[in-house]
Amino acid sequence: MTAHSSSLSSRSRARLRVERRLEQPRWLRILTPFILISAALLIGAVLLRLVGADPWLVYTKMAQIAFGSAHGWSDTTIKATPLILAGLGVSIAFRMRLWNIGAEGQLFIGAWFATGFALFWLPRDTPQAILLLVMAIGGFVGGALWAFIPGVLKAKLNINEIITSLMLTYVAIFWNNYWIYGPWSERGFGLTPQFPRSAWLPRFTDFSSDFPALRGMTAHAGIFLAIALALILWFVWRRTKWGYEVKVIGDNPRAGRYAGMNLSRKIIGVMLLSGGLAGLAGMAEVSGVVHRLQERFSPGYGFTAIIIAWLAKLNPLAIVPVAYLFGGLLVGSDAIQPAGIAKMLQGVVLFVVVGGELLLQYRIKLERGASS
Amino acid sequence: MEFAFLVTLLAAGIRSGTAILFSTIGEIFAERSGVLNLGIEGMMLMGAVTAYGIAFATGNPWIGLGVAILVGGVMALLHAVVTISLRADQVVSGLALTFLGSGLSAVLGAPLVEVRTAPRLPNFPIPVLADLPILGPILFNHNVIVYAGLLAAPLAWWYIHRTRPGMELRAIGEYPAAADALGINVNLQRYAYVVFGGMMAGLGGASLSLAITPLWIEDMTAGQGWIAVGLVIFASWDPLRAALGSYLFGAIRRLPLDSQNLPFFLANPQLGYFMNMLPYLFVILLMLISARSELRRRIGAPAALGQPYVREERGV
Repeated sequence: MTAHSSSLSSRSRARLRVERRLEQPRWLRILTPFILISAALLIGAVLLRLVGADPWLVYTKMAQIAFGSAHGWSDTTIKATPLILAGLGVSIAFRMRLWNIGAEGQLFIGAWFATGFALFWLPRDTPQAILLLVMAIGGFVGGALWAFIPGVLKAKLNINEIITSLMLTYVAIFWNNYWIYGPWSERGFGLTPQFPRSAWLPRFTDFSSDFPALRGMTAHAGIFLAIALALILWFVWRRTKWGYEVKVIGDNPRAGRYAGMNLSRKIIGVMLLSGGLAGLAGMAEVSGVVHRLQERFSPGYGFTAIIIAWLAKLNPLAIVPVAYLFGGLLVGSDAIQPAGIAKMLQGVVLFVVVGGELLLQYRIKLERGASS
Repeated sequence: MEFAFLVTLLAAGIRSGTAILFSTIGEIFAERSGVLNLGIEGMMLMGAVTAYGIAFATGNPWIGLGVAILVGGVMALLHAVVTISLRADQVVSGLALTFLGSGLSAVLGAPLVEVRTAPRLPNFPIPVLADLPILGPILFNHNVIVYAGLLAAPLAWWYIHRTRPGMELRAIGEYPAAADALGINVNLQRYAYVVFGGMMAGLGGASLSLAITPLWIEDMTAGQGWIAVGLVIFASWDPLRAALGSYLFGAIRRLPLDSQNLPFFLANPQLGYFMNMLPYLFVILLMLISARSELRRRIGAPAALGQPYVREERGV
């Protein structure tokens, strides 16, 4: 082929080619979350417009309510607390590619155990510190117990944990309904009597006599526990043998087995921890916010936790800010009609992130004819 | 007396298992082609809400049904793009689809919750056959959509096991590289079956809101989309076993409603909470059974389930 002909054809054959990047440039990696969130907000705006809402108004109002004042931050913290705890729980299982999507049920059972200790199983005059400790342990054990079932079925019989953990969520909700309408009910309503004050996690507002600025802020001590656990988990992934092994198994189970790791014990252990943290989220919610067990006390924290864990790329430290973002979404959308907007936006965000992250791994290249 | 109760229960079970049957069959096709779609719950909800809304707006339930099928297909197309072309994780993409569908359906359905009068799909007792004792009420005195379900299962079985395209479908799910070598366009067919699966889920949702429990309430599927995913495994990807599982599930789901007037139940009304758990425990039981038979018969999932196919990377 002569130079002449190739230069001719190159003009006519210039075309766009989509190819996978071998390596993502640094600027793109840093920009990725921002691009994705903007894209999600944009798609969300289109959907909002389609259902007849004013997207700009919805977004600004939600941001204003959730993050525009100290009390807004307090309300957002309330929602972020169970989201961080359950999000950490879910992320542990996901790290090993165990799809525990039953965090919501584990949260309910954790709350049920905490309620039992708060109201019925311990003497009335139990000191606050001991009562709270027992409730927290009970919540953790309850959630762990509920996650143990799918864990052991997965480990021993290779039964799909997605299905079993989710089915058990529905069972947990009916279980709670039985107790709050039946033996534990207050006058037949779908709720238990209120916890004694000694079973309440301390709230910011409880210290308002010393710090007047905290007056009316109902965020509770659970947030400190949640952040502490995020730090601990970060350390576990970074520095412990257990964390390392879980990561290896998650990346390549066969390699893990060849290296002599006990897979089924790891599966059960990971599920116990994962469910335990979700159960702790349930305990924090009834002890810190609702102060009783009642129907629908969780607006799907256990499900939102899945999105949060994924968005944070299973990084415990990233889970905290992402949970705050979604907490803000929940707080903001409480004030917005129609009611499903928060849920819809969550779906959009997750979808854009899942698809978009891969999309950004490709690049469009202008290709000129013969220079192959 | 007890016998009459059993007949009622079976008839109600077939009726109430129909929605889940459509979704299960659709998912069987998608998974047979190699793509796991966990978005059924979301697609069913979107199908249910659009069917109900469109039927109400147009006064014609058939238009509602058609639009619901379309909506299910469009949602599944999203999943197909993300998992087949962009090769994202199928589990996470399916989860995202479920979140999207349940949120969007709640937003779209908010004004429909008050509507109690949307037109329904008609009941159609089959002449003569409907008057048969026992079999008549169980099989031949139903809503039209129920007959569609009864026909869909054997039809799907025939397609998968007895036709040329069905053979190709099994090939792309078991050994896509070999199918590709035979000139089958693997990814194009996967697109088609994922979209078909979504259309079936849309149909399942529509049959809920237009016939089985004819109204719209938020999250009305109550996990049926997830149960469909479980039933696919129980059915070993076989539509006929899927029908068995769906109808059994339907009957168990109806148990708390239909047994409300039995003397035993009247004496212990709180049993209702536990009977409501039964369908979900039943699915776990099915999973246990299928885990054992899977070990015994060595029948498992399609070999390439969950793996994107890329020609340059084949040979694994």
